[in-house]
Amino acid sequence: MSDSTDQMMETAEAVVARAVDLGAHTAEALVVTRRELTAKIRLSKPELVQQASSRALGLRVIRDQCTAVCHTADLAPAALEDFAAQAVAAARLSEPDPDAGPPDPGSLAGPGERPDLDIYDPAMSEVDADRALALAVAGEQAARDHDPRITNSEGATCSVGAGQRILVTSGGFAGSYRGTYASVVVEPVADDADGKKRNGQWWDGRRHLAHLASPEDIGAEAARRTVEQLGARKVDTCEVPVIFSPEAGSQVISTLFGVISGGAAYRRSTYLVERENTAIASPLVTVVDDPLLPGGPGSRPFDGEGLASRKNVVVDRGTFTGFLCDTYAGRRLGRPSTRSAGRGISGPPGVTSSNFYLLGGDVTPQALVADTDRALYVTRLMGFGFNPVTGDFSKGAEGFWIEKGNRAYPVSEVTISANLDDLLQSVDAVANDLDHRSSTASPTFRVSNMTVAGT
Amino acid sequence: MSDPSYSAPAFSSRGETEISAEHCDRLVGEALSRGGDYADLFFEHSHSGSFTHEDGRVKNVGRGVSLGMGARVVDGEATGYAYTQDLDAAPMREAAHTAATIAAGGGATEAVAVSEVACPSYYPVQTPTLLAPDADRLALIRRADAAARAYDPAVTKVQVSLGEGLRHVMMATSDGRLVTDSQPLFRFFVRVVAEKDGKRQTGSSGGGGRQGLAYFDGERPEIIGREAARIALAMMDAREAPAGEMTVVLGPGDSGILLHEAVGHGLEADFNRKGTSNYSGRVGEPVASALCTVVDDATQPGARGSVNTDDEGLDGRRTVLIEEGILKGYMHDRLSARLMGTDPTGNGRREDFTVTPYPRMTNTFLLAGQRDPEEIIRSVDRGIYACRFSGGQVNISNGDFVFSLTESYLIDHGKITTPLRGVNLIGNGPDVLTRVSMVGTDFAAADGIWTCGKEGQSVPVGVGTPTIKLDGITVGGTQA
Repeated sequence: MSDSTDQMMETAEAVVARAVDLGAHTAEALVVTRRELTAKIRLSKPELVQQASSRALGLRVIRDQCTAVCHTADLAPAALEDFAAQAVAAARLSEPDPDAGPPDPGSLAGPGERPDLDIYDPAMSEVDADRALALAVAGEQAARDHDPRITNSEGATCSVGAGQRILVTSGGFAGSYRGTYASVVVEPVADDADGKKRNGQWWDGRRHLAHLASPEDIGAEAARRTVEQLGARKVDTCEVPVIFSPEAGSQVISTLFGVISGGAAYRRSTYLVERENTAIASPLVTVVDDPLLPGGPGSRPFDGEGLASRKNVVVDRGTFTGFLCDTYAGRRLGRPSTRSAGRGISGPPGVTSSNFYLLGGDVTPQALVADTDRALYVTRLMGFGFNPVTGDFSKGAEGFWIEKGNRAYPVSEVTISANLDDLLQSVDAVANDLDHRSSTASPTFRVSNMTVAGT
Repeated sequence: MSDPSYSAPAFSSRGETEISAEHCDRLVGEALSRGGDYADLFFEHSHSGSFTHEDGRVKNVGRGVSLGMGARVVDGEATGYAYTQDLDAAPMREAAHTAATIAAGGGATEAVAVSEVACPSYYPVQTPTLLAPDADRLALIRRADAAARAYDPAVTKVQVSLGEGLRHVMMATSDGRLVTDSQPLFRFFVRVVAEKDGKRQTGSSGGGGRQGLAYFDGERPEIIGREAARIALAMMDAREAPAGEMTVVLGPGDSGILLHEAVGHGLEADFNRKGTSNYSGRVGEPVASALCTVVDDATQPGARGSVNTDDEGLDGRRTVLIEEGILKGYMHDRLSARLMGTDPTGNGRREDFTVTPYPRMTNTFLLAGQRDPEEIIRSVDRGIYACRFSGGQVNISNGDFVFSLTESYLIDHGKITTPLRGVNLIGNGPDVLTRVSMVGTDFAAADGIWTCGKEGQSVPVGVGTPTIKLDGITVGGTQA
């Protein structure tokens, strides 16, 4: 099977034309192709080598305002003829929604509006199984060499992937882009008192092979993060400032995304309904969704409906500038799309983040901690404890106790709680250590007061 | 919509690309051509469908199909894996060869020619819901929507979804098994937003499993719709929850999430084989109060986590994990069982043909005890009664687990009183079940909505428990 862009583009165009012939007023096809290599090792020996490529096609049809979305991996021309017919038939089962429909053709990204975002690295295809295994082995070995207290390992994994997305719509859009990604993850394990194990993890992932951190650095950092949790204990229940590491902070920012999306707004399932253009966070908080970030893991030249990508500042120095919308959410809320549509093969477009991040501040993370008298520093959050309608936020946490600007001892098995509204309003320091290795990202930041529940 | 492959998967004798037993033998032979201890082929033809109902209309209809084959070679602790979406001879042979490159070469295992093995049947399904008349299913959705709206004028938004699947699998193994299964599954879910006096709250409820439309007999759609609305209304005036260690009573059913996170994952044999679980090397030791007997049971008729066969061609079965507090054994896939020198338990599961199996739970239950549930609640002077949850998570290594409450109440002097805002509970796996001081007679399996994630793969699971009392677990409220 070939996954050449031209061939996939022709396939997508053919299925869109077929659906229109069969009576669809709107037809949009997305083809996603993927090539992957995963090499997992443990204690220096291969555990898994997986190699494969795949492709699939999703088709949205709208007829008389009735929508169906169908997907298949059988891209043979005859099969796709039947598939298009089935999609058009399936649309008869849904009911008219006056807001359903593609964006206005005039708003689609023109040929000159498809920037090269530097997300594809041809060197990635040169990585074979042996090289990937070697990277993983080097990462794990570095962790075991770094500290004698590393006694075991969950292993290390190197993944390399390449993919492309091709979108063709009956409204006149045809576009494609491809991207690559490589990552190394190392997960060491140390023995603690009372038969407890402590695991830690560190990773890096980049669009370009040359930008990936060395496996030695990743492994050493993983080891450091594992042994520093040795002897972790609960703390007494209290109210204190909480410092979020970039890893924990990105989970808070990810939670925020769920309540600033236009889908949540028209469903009235966000506590931010009717809070646009008001202060929803401290003036230190600026949150951005930037699909145009060069080399970003979440970068996309156009959105899931074919609109040219643009940077949206969602929270500007504490003020909520407005919900992120795709075309549908925009129509429901009476406004244009913010060009924030994501799309998969198995469902209609929906609002998704691209590179979504809390903008970094001025202080170094070291200075931020040194400036803190007493706090919980959180390195890891666990659980699903968030109610978007009320903003109630309650998660499991581990990290360190901070006493007079220093790490006093590691902490685990506690929870941190606050209403997200209060949490964001209480951000009183943001550090300058923002890194874009994950598509949702945060620098270190501090919240002046949360409830920490322990013993 | 009638697709003949709904009833005849592509690889079956009535399918478009029939794969014969002899063809399987050849491919397994290719997979073992460079050596290895074991090889298998996993064929999968899956159909999925969904209806989404929102704002009083069927907003979207979804349909999907996927087809593919994965070839696996296991050599010692190492696995080689490759898959193809194309069931022609050449790409399948290439996948077998790619998987084979993991093996060091030499000393090949002799593959046994496959022969068909019948599996048991735990799905009481005449017609998978995906094949039932569309109008019948749409009627169920509309009934749930109407019931949720009628529950209270405060209900402002109702979303109803029906997700359905029919997964045909065929496995050919180098120990000679050729196993086929057709796995129906559906999940019906209602989410409600209610608004009153300037306050807003959400509630949800759902159910399903490997069943047919008979599941909906009686007023099932109405019951689910009303339950979602009831929770939203009940939690509207919830107060801030306390923070710190306290007694918690867990209601029957969904509370089984506790088991799944606190002990279930820790008893999956991959972690124990590697010595990275808190339960490693502890078979025969007490790991829970003597009131606790925990089983993983793939044989519950119609349950969401039940399987006739696991994804390695072995029969689904019931495995006792903890008996009266004593750890009896782990959940195994073929790899962990071989490396630990024991029998597999039929727990080798995977999301689909693009990934390899791991030891996974099916339906994990804490069995009923002796206490009247009312008596358990009366025994608590001050504590929390929790009955609905949004999910949980565990760190296998240190045993810390969390689960998040969406419906809970303060217990005051033996009575259930004020509703509490959503909070997180955190505990430590090997510790928490030693704190179980009372177990109720009212065992219930949760209705089929839960999905478990591990190694990036999602599989449907079931949980269940009677009312239980935990003496001391950390409650993550805001009232210090």
